[in-house]
Amino acid sequence: MSRSEADIKAYDEFIKGIWKENPVFVQVLGMCPMLAVTNTAVNAIAMGAATAFVLIGSSFLVSLLRRFIPKEVRISTYIVIIATFVTAADFLLQAIVPAIHKELGAFIALIVVNCLILGRQEAFASKHSVRFAVVDAAGMSVGFTIALFLLGAAREILGFGTLFGQSLFGPSFEPWVVMILPPGGFIMLGMLLLAGNAWKQRRLRTGNRVRKVA
Amino acid sequence: MADLVWIFFGAALVNNFTLSYFLGLCPFFGVSGRLDVAFRLGLASTFVMLIASFGAWGLEKYVLVHAPYLRLISFIVVIASTVQFVEMAIKKLSPALFRAMGIFLPLITTNCAILGLALFQTQRGYGLIQGQVFALGAGGGFTLALVLMAGIRVEAELSDVPAIIRGTALNLIIAGILSLAFMGFAGLFGEV
Repeated sequence: MSRSEADIKAYDEFIKGIWKENPVFVQVLGMCPMLAVTNTAVNAIAMGAATAFVLIGSSFLVSLLRRFIPKEVRISTYIVIIATFVTAADFLLQAIVPAIHKELGAFIALIVVNCLILGRQEAFASKHSVRFAVVDAAGMSVGFTIALFLLGAAREILGFGTLFGQSLFGPSFEPWVVMILPPGGFIMLGMLLLAGNAWKQRRLRTGNRVRKVA
Repeated sequence: MADLVWIFFGAALVNNFTLSYFLGLCPFFGVSGRLDVAFRLGLASTFVMLIASFGAWGLEKYVLVHAPYLRLISFIVVIASTVQFVEMAIKKLSPALFRAMGIFLPLITTNCAILGLALFQTQRGYGLIQGQVFALGAGGGFTLALVLMAGIRVEAELSDVPAIIRGTALNLIIAGILSLAFMGFAGLFGEV
């Protein structure tokens, strides 16, 4: 494969995580940490960044060690690698942004069992070279963070009437409190998926019409 | 005694692991298509939770006091090996049940409800008995949520739902409504 072809392939792997195989909206993976912490946009971004750190780090290491990890104990090995990175992320957040760390609480630790991360190791990093593994992990992380941000921003705007702590609607706004409570997380993600479906179907229909006319 | 009752119902209903802490969502959406499988998976998870709670308590008391930064890694290793052990035991004792559970059994390892249980238990400083009651409550609550969800989904399969919302979007909204209903338990024991 020539160099430019490899570049194009790497680019595709990156974009795939953001759009075509978005971990949240398309694959619906990693929901446990994502619904729990997305009641404000800032929390959502912190969670996305922590997940990105763990995912990229462990994809790199798993891909690097893929010839040495025996097949029988691969899952346990991946989990231990992931848990190591999560421990590091936990202490890092505690040192850099203690307020956010306190708010996210045990959910940072729970990144270990985020199915998205283990899934990428098993499905991608263990079979590809270091370069593609890291690119794939980066794409997935960006896709995951964008989805978290969308969800967090939507819930914060409706539930508090603010975005990043800035008031949007003035004092007369009546906050929709349920949106920042647990049910709001489920319902808002359901609505986002619904909107995605509607958009996809609409595009399918208009696409067909254009083809007929042509 | 009153303390234990509170821990049990707190974990099972008021702060239901799945519906208000968002733990164990992967099996919650993945396995709730059929009622009997959902129930069995709930029971297996409860069993693993009991053992994990015991293991976490022992580790915390005797090992992790000296090395707290190993908490996450040691917990996950305990859970993974427990699941492996339960899998082998079920395979030996009842091959029929083993076949029925299929892939869901090893997947209990990545069920965040179990790691979450071990972490919360440590955070709240529960002792051995309190931990076991907590695990029982959390497992019971998880099973209840799974069975409720499976029951509703079986009905939803047969009803006339617009094609556009079918699948995950519908399941999420059902879960949201269930979660709203569970919020009604919040006043059950007064202030938390």
